[in-house]
Amino acid sequence: MIRFLLSRLLQGILVILAVITITFALSRLLPGGPIQSEKNASPEAIAAQRAYLGLDKPWYVQLGLQIAHYVTLDLPESFHFKGRGVDEIIASGFPVSAAVGLTALMIALGLGVPLGAYAAMRPNTLEDRATMLAATLGICTPSMILGPVIAMLLGLKLRWFNASGWYEASDVVMPALTLGLIYSAQIARLTRGGLRETLALEFVRTARAKGASEASVVFLHALKLACLPVLNFLGPAAAGLLTGSIIVEAVFQLPGLGQFFIASAINRDMNLAIAISVFYASLIVLFNLLVDLVQAWLNPRIRLHA
Amino acid sequence: MQAAWRRFGRHRLNAAALGFLILLIVMCVFGPLVSPYAQDAQNLELKAVDASSAHWLGTDTLGRDMLTRILHGGRVSLAVGLLATLVAACIGVAYGLISGLAGGRVDAAMMRVVDILYAFPFINFVILLMVVFGRQFWLIFVAIGAVEWLTMARVVRGQVLALKNLEFVTAAKASGASFGHIVRKHLLPNVIGPVIIYTSLTVPGVMLLEATLSFLGLGIQPPNASWGVLLGDGSQVMQTYPWLLLYPGLFFICTLLALNILGDGLRDAFDPKSTAQE
Repeated sequence: MIRFLLSRLLQGILVILAVITITFALSRLLPGGPIQSEKNASPEAIAAQRAYLGLDKPWYVQLGLQIAHYVTLDLPESFHFKGRGVDEIIASGFPVSAAVGLTALMIALGLGVPLGAYAAMRPNTLEDRATMLAATLGICTPSMILGPVIAMLLGLKLRWFNASGWYEASDVVMPALTLGLIYSAQIARLTRGGLRETLALEFVRTARAKGASEASVVFLHALKLACLPVLNFLGPAAAGLLTGSIIVEAVFQLPGLGQFFIASAINRDMNLAIAISVFYASLIVLFNLLVDLVQAWLNPRIRLHA
Repeated sequence: MQAAWRRFGRHRLNAAALGFLILLIVMCVFGPLVSPYAQDAQNLELKAVDASSAHWLGTDTLGRDMLTRILHGGRVSLAVGLLATLVAACIGVAYGLISGLAGGRVDAAMMRVVDILYAFPFINFVILLMVVFGRQFWLIFVAIGAVEWLTMARVVRGQVLALKNLEFVTAAKASGASFGHIVRKHLLPNVIGPVIIYTSLTVPGVMLLEATLSFLGLGIQPPNASWGVLLGDGSQVMQTYPWLLLYPGLFFICTLLALNILGDGLRDAFDPKSTAQE
């Protein structure tokens, strides 16, 4: 177990080092660099600004400094949002993304698992087919279509919510609904598949033979194992949900992390681009680890190996 | 192989999806040629009108014929979807093949690299890449292809590992077959089934990624159109002209649906053990 955690920690550190290096390399290739976006600057002012940002140093020194920022956890300032540390910006964007993502996750699980179970308990009936067709349709509806449609129906026609922006607590509903519906379709399909497979196993037959009711067979005995494919999907998906879908943030004009990342790329803000990429990568690593641990706990046959 | 294709064709839904895709491709290839309108021809007197006999799917806010633009955008979206998937499939098959054949430490190291890549925030890299290199068309293939090969590599490697110790491969080795001969005649043909299945399941994901980039203004650049560009334009004026979002949206959703049904159908047909079909 300790060996497993250690190897995962090492892998995580490798991921983050690689992410810093790649983002750094890509940002350095950005045409213009961070300074040229400012107009009418004198050559001296540009040189002073470059020196202040450390851009006059050779690339390997710059890369070393970037890595040092993350080793010492002393994060740099944003190039573009002057005077604001990148950690401050992440701390302002992440709660928005996370609020939407968590709500979406609850909608996705609350809708997807029961629907998948409903379909799995009546294989090849009309209800099963209809549910799965609806789920496939859900997977094929991109957020850039569903989002505006939801905004139009609930926001502009029914006037239940603000059509866009981030002003009151209820602004979380429409973006979360958009993401939640799409993910619930995926989860419903995985739940059905997992349950069909599990219900064919022998321990389920034993439970039935004992005289357990169908509901207790499904929900007490089978669902635990059937969750495995859902969990496998949920690791990367949860990280994606928490950090927010860039599209949904653009559609509903939310000041989330995704919007800050796009701004950092367009403004040639290397420090911010690296920081957000590292933050994303850390979350992905963390969620993958959590999924592995929960899977091992749910299914004792899975061994954690380094 | 033939039995699998028969199994595939037996389902009406699969046949319908395949028929729809063929029809769509024909329409996208030939539609813009026979259309009386050029995809970027503006008619400022007929701005944003809904469907009519002259403009079957209406016009956009610059008076351009929507049907022509949708079909033209479909060309771009489908081309990106197919070509980028091809790039991803080639990288994935080569990587998986080498990893599986090499075995041992090389294999372990190569798969560890894949594990690490799985944790990358690829969408960030792709966005940076598109900003860096000025949103060039060919770059979209490379960027998307470079992202989507990971699972393909795992699938192929698993197949190769399972195959390479089977008796018929040992027999071929014993009878003096060269390494290249074994790969070409014995391994690749047996890997091709899963590769086809997984490729068909990758295309919709790739098309979504292209649409995401174009929607954000980082992919295909106007006046050129892809479905992502049209959806981005449409979502901005949806309050007043909802059809500008809905018509390209319907094309996009139907295409993704057909591709998914096709992928699921191929999986069920080639892998009868899978539980999706009982």
